Amino acid sequence: MSEVHIIGAGIHPFGRTEGRSGLDQGIYAVREALADVGLEWKDMQFAFGGSSAAGSADAMLPHMGLTSVQFINVANGCATGGSSLLSGYWAIKSGEFDIGVVTGFDKHPRGAFNPDPEASGLPRWYGDVGMMLTTQFFALKIQRYMSLHGITPMTLARVAEKAFENGARTPHAWRREPVDAKTILQAQMLSDPLTKYMFCSPAEGGAALILASDKKMRELGLKGPRILGAAVRTRVNGSFEVFSPSLDIERGPSPTEIASKVAYEMAGVGPDEIDIAQIQDTESGAEIMHMAENGLCQNGEQEKMLADGETRLGGKLPINTDGGCLACGEPIGASGLRQVYENVQQLRGRAEGRQVENANIGYSQVYGAPGLSAVAILAA
Amino acid sequence: MVLAAEALAEKGADAPPIVAGLFEIAADGPHLIGGKRKSDGRTVFPMPGGFEAQKYEAVKLSQEGKLWSFTVQRFRPKSPPYAGADDEKTFQPFALGYIELPGQVIVESRIEVDNFARLKIGMPMRLAIVPFARADGKAVSSYVFRPVQ
Repeated sequence: MSEVHIIGAGIHPFGRTEGRSGLDQGIYAVREALADVGLEWKDMQFAFGGSSAAGSADAMLPHMGLTSVQFINVANGCATGGSSLLSGYWAIKSGEFDIGVVTGFDKHPRGAFNPDPEASGLPRWYGDVGMMLTTQFFALKIQRYMSLHGITPMTLARVAEKAFENGARTPHAWRREPVDAKTILQAQMLSDPLTKYMFCSPAEGGAALILASDKKMRELGLKGPRILGAAVRTRVNGSFEVFSPSLDIERGPSPTEIASKVAYEMAGVGPDEIDIAQIQDTESGAEIMHMAENGLCQNGEQEKMLADGETRLGGKLPINTDGGCLACGEPIGASGLRQVYENVQQLRGRAEGRQVENANIGYSQVYGAPGLSAVAILAA
Repeated sequence: MVLAAEALAEKGADAPPIVAGLFEIAADGPHLIGGKRKSDGRTVFPMPGGFEAQKYEAVKLSQEGKLWSFTVQRFRPKSPPYAGADDEKTFQPFALGYIELPGQVIVESRIEVDNFARLKIGMPMRLAIVPFARADGKAVSSYVFRPVQ
């Protein structure tokens, strides 16, 4: 089996780019990744790509070159990017391929997503009465978590404050103006306890990574972070997921907890060895809960960690160093790959304006409906 | 019995359920109808439909439980899927949450409460059937939970 490295990375700035299609944003990211390593599209042996609302990822083929490359479209909800990465990882690890690209892009309309009960296997009345909103799920999950583990609204605000602070330093971020915790707390309440600044928005963007085997990388005279472990896991009974008219009384682990354990085991590293982490922050509460679900702290420790600035740039464990989903928005197909892009830039010492000193191990986790999580652990 | 009478006394609460089989009014008052899996007793709500239904028997769920989590829907949900008769101007925020029905299952429900600040995880809640004003004008009833006074 081959070791897998990420030798190139490209991104199209996240946010809103009027007049540019989602597909073009994906093409931009792939071209940037290829330029990063001085390679051409014809050098790619495979491609995995995903987009949720901007057409098929393989629509980029005529633009990139009809080279007969194996191109597989990936669709896995909000974890699409993480799933594309995993597909590329296995393609090389198996020894079948030496080099390829994983990419994702999207362009969503403004405002919350418009869910269809029947597409999710749910009865129509559930949507009729106004209970089919992702925002409610996030609020319900963090509300209970806060009550069980002593987390205060100020900590929710601190997460968002940090996101905008980091976004202000990140060229590919969307929200680039700092917003203070007080403003965040006093902003319009959308779904208690979450105000409008605590939620990320659907957005646009593209990301691409070039993956190569150890052997190919050396042949090309290139280098890049190694993927130590990567895993996607789906929900089990007792996990709390979006759009659930009922839940089991006996609670179980979340898909994130499961994927995280698997990835740590593959990587042979523990949570205490992580230098930087990019974790799913669909809203402030998600970052807080995912800190614990990914083993980065114990339940309840977030209150003090955030107050002490431990997860800010310059803190003990910087989290969402590019501002995460809160500052970058969430183009579904690209979001998980943005996290890995950020880790790659940090581990290569190229995170302009937000570089974490001596970052050696980077962790990323993307979570999505209807209950799956994708984790990747990289070493410089 | 008092509760059933109280619930039914509300204007429009006797309209047909928003979907048949979601709940029923028994002699002791209203009950949500869940499904109990024949193989292991796992209880779910609502009672599954389609092929999945064969694995479950319909069961009446408890009328009372404890608040497991809650939130307040502060803006009007998008239509579709939301089918409420209100519009951006007339929409009134509503509470919703999960209620743990002891020994059965945790169900999601709209919550009726005079003051949102009263809601506390762990507080006792009770089922009621109320009219639901649909945009298409069809008279239907739906379920809510309310804090036990």
